[in-house]
Amino acid sequence: MSEYSQSHSVGIVAPQTARFSEPLKLRSGATLSDYDLVYETYGALNADRSNAILICHALNASHHVAGTYADDPDNTGWWDNMVGPGKPVDTDRFFVIGVNNLGSCFGSSGPLSVNLATGKAWGADFPIVTVEDWVDAQVRLADRLGITRLLAVMGGSLGGMQALCWSIRYPSRVAHALVIAAAPNLSAQNIAFNEVARQAILSDPQFSDGHFGEKGEKPRLGLRVARMIGHITYISDEQMAEKFGRQLRDGLNFSFAPEFQIESYLRYQGDKFAEYYDANTYLRVTKALDYFDPAAEHGGDLAKALSSARAKFLVVSFTTDWRFAPERSHEIVKALIDNRRDIAYAEIAAPNGHDAFLLEDPRYLATVRAYLNKAFSTLSPTPLTSRERGSVESVPLTSRERGSAESVPLTSGERGSAESVPLPSGENGSVGSPLPSSGGSVDSRIQPAASSAAAQPSPPSWGRAGREGANP
Amino acid sequence: MSIRRDYSVIADWIQPQSRVLDLGCGDGTLFRLLADTRDVTGYGIEIDDDKIPLCIANGVNVLQRDLEGGLRDFDDQSFDCVILSQTLQAMRHTELVLTEMLRIGREAIVTFPNFGYWHVRMQLLMGHMPVSDDLPYQWYDTPNVHLFTIADFDALCAEKGYRVLSRQVLAGDKPVNAFANIRGSLAMYRLTRD
Repeated sequence: MSEYSQSHSVGIVAPQTARFSEPLKLRSGATLSDYDLVYETYGALNADRSNAILICHALNASHHVAGTYADDPDNTGWWDNMVGPGKPVDTDRFFVIGVNNLGSCFGSSGPLSVNLATGKAWGADFPIVTVEDWVDAQVRLADRLGITRLLAVMGGSLGGMQALCWSIRYPSRVAHALVIAAAPNLSAQNIAFNEVARQAILSDPQFSDGHFGEKGEKPRLGLRVARMIGHITYISDEQMAEKFGRQLRDGLNFSFAPEFQIESYLRYQGDKFAEYYDANTYLRVTKALDYFDPAAEHGGDLAKALSSARAKFLVVSFTTDWRFAPERSHEIVKALIDNRRDIAYAEIAAPNGHDAFLLEDPRYLATVRAYLNKAFSTLSPTPLTSRERGSVESVPLTSRERGSAESVPLTSGERGSAESVPLPSGENGSVGSPLPSSGGSVDSRIQPAASSAAAQPSPPSWGRAGREGANP
Repeated sequence: MSIRRDYSVIADWIQPQSRVLDLGCGDGTLFRLLADTRDVTGYGIEIDDDKIPLCIANGVNVLQRDLEGGLRDFDDQSFDCVILSQTLQAMRHTELVLTEMLRIGREAIVTFPNFGYWHVRMQLLMGHMPVSDDLPYQWYDTPNVHLFTIADFDALCAEKGYRVLSRQVLAGDKPVNAFANIRGSLAMYRLTRD
């Protein structure tokens, strides 16, 4: 029995918006004078506000980490196999926060949102944001929620980089960092893949230097190719061979129409992505990946960069992940050992490549579960007195921030999303499944054979994210 | 729960507040014992997937790595003691592992089943590969690839210049002094480099 089927969902959830009017200085030198962060929470914050876990999303996911929406019951959060009652991130114990990062296209301020200074959508003018900027904004959200110290920050891939960044940048504000399928920076090869993806977008005539929105256009072809490239890097060679091999749809017909199943699979993924994702966001998120390099300001010495960290760490890698291979996690582990930090490191022999962090490998889930159980056991079991509570609650919020705390209801189009058909639980993570990358990754729910019908997905609205692509 | 005799010998050899690396740490029981009784810090290394969550539950800093090749990340003399408990016989590159242990640690503790134990010799005399508490495997399913005796290990230490700081031989959980290579089933060494 999989963990997935044994436990339950957090159920119906609803996103909220926190509006911040204190300017955020960005790493690029630009300043965001005000901005929104869309987030969801699951579980209850305990009396001393010590049980909060922040989940950071990867490339194209969102704040919709777990559960479903009342008006969109198939839209399951992207990490629903990890987060929920009785799941490794147990919402009966922890107060879990999923946040959408700045520059995204799922509700938080980004290219699709309105620049209050001009009254028009930001589009190409939205500044370039970095992992550090995201983390700075997340810290303000924690302040807003009255949380001075997170029990844990966790994420996979780019989400893991945010967890690492938290531990370095805000050492006193995070007790545990869970860094999964991540890397301390991108290799030249990683940057190269990102650059090819960006070039696909930038060279699409419909991109119009990023001002396509004003013209009511969209660089679908560029986004499509960008997603295809990304997808190739998310799954392992072995898995691609196993799922697709050289299977054909209808034999060879000596044309450039899709003949091999892998071709129609990539086209399907590309087309779907081009509908729900924003090109300006894609450019920015891949740049955030490229720029992340905490060791750079320490002469390339990651151990020095991590010398400020005080958190305990869980680092997880997957043996067939060639996008962020285990060797990249070893670098993080080595730097933490050099700093004598407390750390657990698991190297999971999963066949699914980079996507494995989204899937249901029992060894992986058991490791995260054990780690968070241990973290939970360190929490004070006795409720605090009201006097103590009072002092904990006095988080350093500026009066301006407090004044601006407001919750703006979202339209369903703004919500994170998944347009997902849940997989039968037996297929989740099953290697033998015909579903490429299977399990939590909704991307893969379409069988290659179904691709001709699937090649024209119904057009979802902007603001769709969810499990769709938590990678990389 | 009573403490395994070999673990309590190891605990006696470890200085309080040492920095310890436990190779093949299993579910972390030994490291936990050392943390509780000797206030040690450090890491355990384990390859088995199923043991990783158990180590974490025991509060042990476990790193899932292969011992053969996975020790490069540790700097020279960065630990007070490196422990290899009943695992040396399963290593392909015995010499290399010992060299690595004494590169990383100021001291090394090595324990192994003694293939010179009289019970083992008897089974061989009867024509069979030995099976015992310390050698619980059949020849066809054993992870052990290098079986050796106390005399063999003494010879290796002399050849490699490993100085034996302490040695304790056990039969079951009883200490053995005389005729250790015949009467002892488990040998325990505390080594350093000359």
